Amino acid sequence: MTMTEELAPATPVKTHRIAETLSRAREIAIVVIILVIFLATTLKSHDFAHLTSIQQMGTNASLFILLAIGETMVLATRNVDLSVGSTLGISAFLVGDYFTHNPHSSIVVAFIIGIGVGAVCGSIIGFIVTVTKVPSLVVSLAALYIIRGILNIIGLGIQIEPTAIPLSFQKIGFETFAGIPWIFLIPVLVALVVAYAMRSYRSMRELYAIGSNPSAAQLAGVPVARRVFTAFVMSGSLAGLGGVLFLSEFATTNATAGTGYELLVIASCVIGGVAIFGGSGTVIGAALGAILLQIINQALVVINVSPFWDSALAGALILVTISFDRLLSNRATLALRLKGSGARDE
Amino acid sequence: MVLVTNSSPPEAPEETLGSLESVGGRFDARSLLRWESALVLFLIFDLFYGGFTATDFFSQNTIFFAGINFGLIAIMALPEMLIITTGEIDLSVAAMLGLSCATFGYLFEHHVEVFLAMLLTLGVGAVGGALNGFLITRIGLPSIAVTIGTLTMFRGLAEVILGTNEVTGFGGPWTDIGTNTIPGTPFAWAFGIFLVLALLYGVVLHFTSVGRSIFAIGLQEEAAFFSGIRVKRIKFNLYLISGIVCAFVGLLYTYQTNTARYDAGTGLELNVVAIVLFGGVSIFGGRGSMLGVVLSVVAVGIFDQVLTIKNVSSQEQSIVFGILLLASVILPNTGRGYRLVRRRFARESSATALSSSVDA
Repeated sequence: MTMTEELAPATPVKTHRIAETLSRAREIAIVVIILVIFLATTLKSHDFAHLTSIQQMGTNASLFILLAIGETMVLATRNVDLSVGSTLGISAFLVGDYFTHNPHSSIVVAFIIGIGVGAVCGSIIGFIVTVTKVPSLVVSLAALYIIRGILNIIGLGIQIEPTAIPLSFQKIGFETFAGIPWIFLIPVLVALVVAYAMRSYRSMRELYAIGSNPSAAQLAGVPVARRVFTAFVMSGSLAGLGGVLFLSEFATTNATAGTGYELLVIASCVIGGVAIFGGSGTVIGAALGAILLQIINQALVVINVSPFWDSALAGALILVTISFDRLLSNRATLALRLKGSGARDE
Repeated sequence: MVLVTNSSPPEAPEETLGSLESVGGRFDARSLLRWESALVLFLIFDLFYGGFTATDFFSQNTIFFAGINFGLIAIMALPEMLIITTGEIDLSVAAMLGLSCATFGYLFEHHVEVFLAMLLTLGVGAVGGALNGFLITRIGLPSIAVTIGTLTMFRGLAEVILGTNEVTGFGGPWTDIGTNTIPGTPFAWAFGIFLVLALLYGVVLHFTSVGRSIFAIGLQEEAAFFSGIRVKRIKFNLYLISGIVCAFVGLLYTYQTNTARYDAGTGLELNVVAIVLFGGVSIFGGRGSMLGVVLSVVAVGIFDQVLTIKNVSSQEQSIVFGILLLASVILPNTGRGYRLVRRRFARESSATALSSSVDA
């Protein structure tokens, strides 16, 4: 989007506006779908609109929102991070292990450990990707195996028990602030901060520039390697934070925590309008995508459709949204081209 | 992740140079050969390591179980290799295995004649593959997004069909294929099927015009299109074949385990992709050889078996697998990077030599 501005100085404001309207239209569309599902399900069963039920939905979506935020930053640069599930798992386990050995430790330390573990994982992946120029799909796939393998070695047969986790820490998982569960509030706050940054800060806008055209970004003076590295560190840190929240929610964990999350997270981003080849998509969209996937899951249970339909519908939803996106982007390209030629005529 | 898109050629300058070199032919063949010899070395290391440290390593059981455990991944790796060579990817392979398993289990449970049930299952595979192919080639969507979608959907449909039921008791003459060796050899049927298919795929890929087209698409899709290659049709057919082959693997899985469950083979898709990449196939497309994939399958399959014999749990094996995968992409890349730097340096020094001689 930034690139378009620079390339077409004649109509910068208009171009920007079209791009913004499009991304906002996507977010509004998902909100509408979420509301429709919510209302339809409530009509069927009034319990669905209960506060506890809504809180439950927020709690279920929270981890995926966090991971989707990090994934959006990475996807925006035309990279991908498949290691988020493993990183979440190792962070949750190490924090749990820390509590087992230091029962009276403070919560702040737990957060620092979790985020730190994630940041280390992310920076190793980011380092390999930027230095060796190996495609991130392969590096993060290898990291998925290696991190999970390390987790299996240190956590073989160990189950972190709820008794080892301090109650004050578990409270993050079930206590609420003004009716909103803390565990949901944290990802939402992160999403708002990152969304603002990705809209307004130069360094974050550069993520989109890199994704739109890596070599053009390089020529325009964007420190590509540093930005991509940062995106991976952010993604890893958020996965680490996800691990901390995982532990506070379930109060128990083992070596399998977070297995298979990576593809669901990417699916959330894709549904939320993040382009898989980089350059566009917002954090808010990705977060809404994660919420949508969760609400479908929960709605099915309530309207007595077998929950087995859950992933079949989710898959269909992914296919429909990306097809629809394609249609929209074709239209938008056409509109931009028409506008561009109009500007030249003037 | 610069998987080749419909609209944009590879961007990174290094990468463009890399593909130019490989068009030249000779350079590419040499570097490929080097990777394959590395795989052979790894295989020899495997055999020595296994032979010295594990008792009865060279017994028939080892070979049989290696074939059983690894054969299914190996067979799915073949169509995946062709798809990756065109610069696309198929992440729905293991979900198709599950869907096929569930379909077959359902039909069997409802007393459909076995042979007919098999045909219908393969039909489901064809439909699934065609759906992938249609969305990717006709609608023009990125394959990674499409196949994540169909992955979720296929697995979901499998769940809808079979629920948490487990169908067992298949029996019949087909059980042999799952649990016995090919008569007269120590090989599992799955491994034999893999070898036959690999030979077939290898001949098509390396000795026919279709195969050359597949490489051409992977190197430069637009150039391939303008030179008259039916890019969309070839890609569509590859996805179709992938669907059918994976459905077939689903049948094999059913007969190996004598159970049909919806979650059969969950998560194998990443193993399949990893084994292909370990065989030296470039994720950008356009580079790779069937021999590399076969060597990668055999080497990793045996290594896997060695570790299993030595009581390394399969979870811990994943760390070894990850490191191998990482090494397989970083080592050739650093080699190429080194040569690039050296060449650039040589060019610069010759340029300065030229300018200094002009000055003189």
